[in-house]
Amino acid sequence: MSMATTTIQPVERENYLNKEYGVGSWLFTTDHKRIALLYLISITFFFFIGGFFALIIRLELLTPASDLVQPDTYNKLFTMHGMVMVFFFLVPSIPATLGNFLVPMMIGAKDLAFPRINLLSWYLYIIGGLMMLHCMLTGGVDTGWTFYTPFSTAYSNTKVVEAGLAIFVAGFSSILTGLNFVVSIHRMRAPGMTWSRLPLFIWAHYATSIIQILGTPVIAITLLLVAVERTLHLGIFDPKLGGDPLLFQHLFWFYSHPAVYIMILPSMGVISEVIACFARKRIFGYSFVAFSSIAIAVFGFLVWAHHMFVAGISIYAALVFSILSYAVAVPSAVKVFNWTATLYKGSIHYDAPMLYAFGFIGLFTMGGLTGLFLAALGIDVHVTDTYFVIAHFHYIMVGGALMGYLGGLHFWWPKISGRLYPESWARLAALIVFLGFNLTFFPQFVLGYLGMPRRYADYSHMPEFQVLNVLSTAGATVLGVGYLLPMLYFLWSMRYGKPAPDNPWNAAGLEWMTSSPPTTFNFEEEPVVTWEAYNYDELDRGHKQEVKVVG
Amino acid sequence: MSDSTVVGLHHEEQHHPELLHHFAEPQQQRDAASLGMWIFLGTEVMFFGGLFCAYLIYRRWYFGDFGAASKSIDATLGATNTAVLICSSLTVVLAVWAAQIARRTLLIGSLVITMLLGMVFLGIKGKEYKDKFEEHHVPGASFSFDHVAIPGHPDQYANPRHAEIFFALYFIMTGLHALHMIIGLGLFAWLLYMAWKGRFTPEYHTPIEIGGLYWHFVDIVWIYLFPLLYLIDRHP
Repeated sequence: MSMATTTIQPVERENYLNKEYGVGSWLFTTDHKRIALLYLISITFFFFIGGFFALIIRLELLTPASDLVQPDTYNKLFTMHGMVMVFFFLVPSIPATLGNFLVPMMIGAKDLAFPRINLLSWYLYIIGGLMMLHCMLTGGVDTGWTFYTPFSTAYSNTKVVEAGLAIFVAGFSSILTGLNFVVSIHRMRAPGMTWSRLPLFIWAHYATSIIQILGTPVIAITLLLVAVERTLHLGIFDPKLGGDPLLFQHLFWFYSHPAVYIMILPSMGVISEVIACFARKRIFGYSFVAFSSIAIAVFGFLVWAHHMFVAGISIYAALVFSILSYAVAVPSAVKVFNWTATLYKGSIHYDAPMLYAFGFIGLFTMGGLTGLFLAALGIDVHVTDTYFVIAHFHYIMVGGALMGYLGGLHFWWPKISGRLYPESWARLAALIVFLGFNLTFFPQFVLGYLGMPRRYADYSHMPEFQVLNVLSTAGATVLGVGYLLPMLYFLWSMRYGKPAPDNPWNAAGLEWMTSSPPTTFNFEEEPVVTWEAYNYDELDRGHKQEVKVVG
Repeated sequence: MSDSTVVGLHHEEQHHPELLHHFAEPQQQRDAASLGMWIFLGTEVMFFGGLFCAYLIYRRWYFGDFGAASKSIDATLGATNTAVLICSSLTVVLAVWAAQIARRTLLIGSLVITMLLGMVFLGIKGKEYKDKFEEHHVPGASFSFDHVAIPGHPDQYANPRHAEIFFALYFIMTGLHALHMIIGLGLFAWLLYMAWKGRFTPEYHTPIEIGGLYWHFVDIVWIYLFPLLYLIDRHP
């Protein structure tokens, strides 16, 4: 395209969004960036469905009596809230959207190693999602997202098999995403992009992919066994027929505990990028942050039975799992300390992504420390199945994973859409999310410690809990506004936002060397990397000299 | 490899028809495909691993019942199937070799024999399932396993509930294995079609290689399934 054609209106450069139009060009695309957007739309849809369930749960708990919905309905609501949020939002959230969009660009590749498998993974997600929707619309499921047997296989009268198969199918989409990332990171790196030069976002996704690859098949076979047992009345997990319900719990948590790290590790990758950029510093202790991701993935596989301390496992097993659960705190703390040390003497900018990063550090630290309470046998027995547990894992999954997701979405939005979002609205939304989140979930720590059990629609025999529940519901309303705002101004910015420059944050990383939005093959020519990751000293050198001259 | 093929290879590097746009060179594409298949097989190990874990736990708990149930399966048919699959592994290796040295007839022949052996395996498996169905050993409403003595204890009967767990695991494990065989047959039908059209050359035969990896994996699963399911506490 020649410069002469830019007469009245600047002609938009060709990019991955305007290269082709039409539904077919999206549904049959193999471009990782377009697939990322397909995922973004789909998971946002499920996020609002899961959020809708959460809203009704919070409204029900506004009063001690079970007066808004029937207790049976309430059981379905928290079950489907959990299933939708875990399997159809949090697990695919960052990897399938930001990861899909950024992993090839960050390593300097034209696409992921297997573009068609990437598209297949989205279709599997959609098939699983439609099955889940059908299940929810035709009666739903009430087992809790954990599918505990023998209730799920012998007693529940709801659509357990369909929900299980929906998650089974969606699980394969997660496996294929992880497989694609690992192969791409091994085989598709640009010349000079050594392992020690990889952005920490890539390390985090590598660790995540390991869990997706090794963990997800186990939940797949477990749910398949549940479906078969329920359909044919077998006794694999049913004690009445000689089976062992504890075996189910072991198999379930073998995936579902590491799944927490599928949710949080990519978020940690986002935070590493954002902190370095907005503190204008190389990340402190690069290799420690990188390897702590791998350590979390490995340790994550060795702690699952801390979900079963009261289920009747042997006391010695419980002791070992308790100690191993403490061990996960080490690499997690390494990350938090390194991010904090990166801030030290940094030149800190308080843009919206950075606000989310700050939120992440605070909330993740609280979620992590209360996780140590739960890893301790004595306290865990006291607070098992109370709101303390609910508050703890929401601090990790919402306060951690979701804050990172939103922060990352803001950070890379100029690259994804080619438009700038309204910064002041975004800062306001970040603040609202942070306040709303704490108002929702901090009271739940107190509630749980005082003994309010989870999964109860009716707490009229303990009306003293109402004040804290009202606070929590009020917070959830604020939080809901905080989530709606970004969706509105992101949509607004796609049409009315200022066109984004290629590198609006002056950030390091190959993805910022492409145009905004990038072309279909990302780079004009294959990049050759000769610099270390987060070379903010070099990037800011010109700027610093300028300041010296002025001063 | 003759000199002319080496020259041909160089020429091919520029415009190789099978090189996808996002790879820099054929070697990178081969490495990616092969690593991808190995990782996929890793996920398969974990998938079957959950079942093996369940099997081992119940086998320890209900050893006598498992022995009695295992004895009711025809070990001769199982052994025949083991031999069939080992032979098919050989023909898969032959197919890869034939593709490497560009012998099209050998390639097509090996693929056809592999598929035939796969079908023989499934046929024998079907016969075994039919026998089990007729003996009412399929778990479910019509299951019966009454008055079957535990091997080595002629006066003790196996618990039908526990034997039913054995048969449930037997059908799920061999059934999933058979499903993998069927998928493998589909895969090999496609490879055969591609080979028929002469798409594989010494430079490009990655599909044969990774298809072969998959076939070997399915064989290896059977190599574990056979002794674990058929040969519990058998004495001459």
